[in-house]
Amino acid sequence: MFIPVEATPPSFKGFTLILPAIAVGNVGQLAVDLIVSTLSMKRVGYMHTDCLVPMAGPNPYATSAEDAGELHTTAEVYTDAEKKLAALQIRSPIIQSRSRKFRKLLVSWIKASEFSRTVVLSSSHAYQRDDQQLKGTLLRYLVTPAMQKVSGPALTELGWMEMEKLTPFPGMVEAEPRLSVPGGGITKGLFTDGCQEELCLAVVLVFCSEGDNVPDAFTLVNHLNDWLLLVDSDKRGPQKWKVPGSWKLLFGNSHPPSIF
Amino acid sequence: MATFFGEILSVHSRAVEEAEEDENEEDEEILKELDETREVHLEWYQSKSNLMQCTNLIIAVGRNAASFLSVYVLTSANWEAVGHASLSNAGNQNICGQTSIEPACVFYRNKDIPAVILCKISGYIEEDQQFQWTEKVFGCFKQNGLSVTVLSDSPVAEYKNIDYASSSSTPFLLCLQTNSSTKNPPCPLLEQPNIFTGIQAAVLSHCQVNQIPAVAYQCYSDAISPDSITMETYKRAFTSVGDIKVGPLPSADIINKFIKTNQIQSNLYI
Repeated sequence: MFIPVEATPPSFKGFTLILPAIAVGNVGQLAVDLIVSTLSMKRVGYMHTDCLVPMAGPNPYATSAEDAGELHTTAEVYTDAEKKLAALQIRSPIIQSRSRKFRKLLVSWIKASEFSRTVVLSSSHAYQRDDQQLKGTLLRYLVTPAMQKVSGPALTELGWMEMEKLTPFPGMVEAEPRLSVPGGGITKGLFTDGCQEELCLAVVLVFCSEGDNVPDAFTLVNHLNDWLLLVDSDKRGPQKWKVPGSWKLLFGNSHPPSIF
Repeated sequence: MATFFGEILSVHSRAVEEAEEDENEEDEEILKELDETREVHLEWYQSKSNLMQCTNLIIAVGRNAASFLSVYVLTSANWEAVGHASLSNAGNQNICGQTSIEPACVFYRNKDIPAVILCKISGYIEEDQQFQWTEKVFGCFKQNGLSVTVLSDSPVAEYKNIDYASSSSTPFLLCLQTNSSTKNPPCPLLEQPNIFTGIQAAVLSHCQVNQIPAVAYQCYSDAISPDSITMETYKRAFTSVGDIKVGPLPSADIINKFIKTNQIQSNLYI
């Protein structure tokens, strides 16, 4: 359930929504962190639901000592009114038995809020690619028919590669190729729901493996920026993105000095 | 995935449980039935209208925090149990046929100060039950004018800091408060990249979205079972809560009762 921060609920009409799928390496979430942090987006509401594991913490995007102690929760919505951009950040896993309920909740909120388009940032297991997917870039996209009409040509022009449909046992069994996003969490379900509900929705994903997934997040967010032009694309590399403070100690504490 | 030495390992992801490829109505039915078994039930021994007077809700979760309430607060004044929550999960199942003496979560009220309700959670509330527990409990109180304090604990190994936390600095207390809380907390605020999970996070989230002033204190300790030094740290948090007085250091008998029970339970060979 969306709960606005202020008494008057914000209007999302005509906004582009970016949200992560909780997927392998948490790449989508890291990418949304970079977008919210770089554009200094404003928190406008919470997604308060029993489908997510509860979590609370201090401000992940703190810029000063004053705002560092501000409380932030599991799932929050941020906006940049000037760019007509909204981002939903999800900071904890979806409770497995409620993933379908969560997808339904998202789809109905997206419809009710009248977002002009929705972009799901996701990832998929690199080790489960088939032969044709091993060629070329690690980045793929998926668009619903409604999105194809609006942005299909632009994406083709950018030279983006669509996610391939796969047969379960290539070369062995004649079967209908199917869409599969291994390790993608709710990605496939959300995309399928989006097609059924005629949402203007795109999935942008990267093939990766668990580990230090920060480089994957930069790859994904730079790729997205080629399409949505969120930040000045003249600058290349990670310098144009602002890494949030919450990323420090990503791999735990330093060693205890007393062991030497 | 093969390791350097060639063994084949199954790959797990930190982020995702592999979703079933084909969901169907039957699965949905099973999930629904399973969900029903995870239901949280609240039972009140008094009429619910009495609860509406509550303006101060104090929740203690975790072994140290719950023991602190038992030792320092509940023994020192005129407290009565007013209700309890029952829930079923793997963490609350009795081991070796032992019968559990008290429910996982009990609510107490001071006969002299009816505005304060204490909630002692000594059992385990699982991730999928935390949100529901919070909604149900807060549904029983008047949200207007309510102020919430949570006492919780966590192993110091989960505390992330650039400076290595040496054993001499533990136990220590950190807190987080909702934006509507105007208190000046008696201990430092939790800093990034640390977070709260569990009931304390569910309560803070509920209070944040409903604009209820709430402060959650978390004691980071390296003690496996409750001890008096760790319990002492909560006294700092408690001095700022309403009219409730924390009793003086209780007699050794009372402390021993809590510490001893834990020793027996932690012994593998009895």
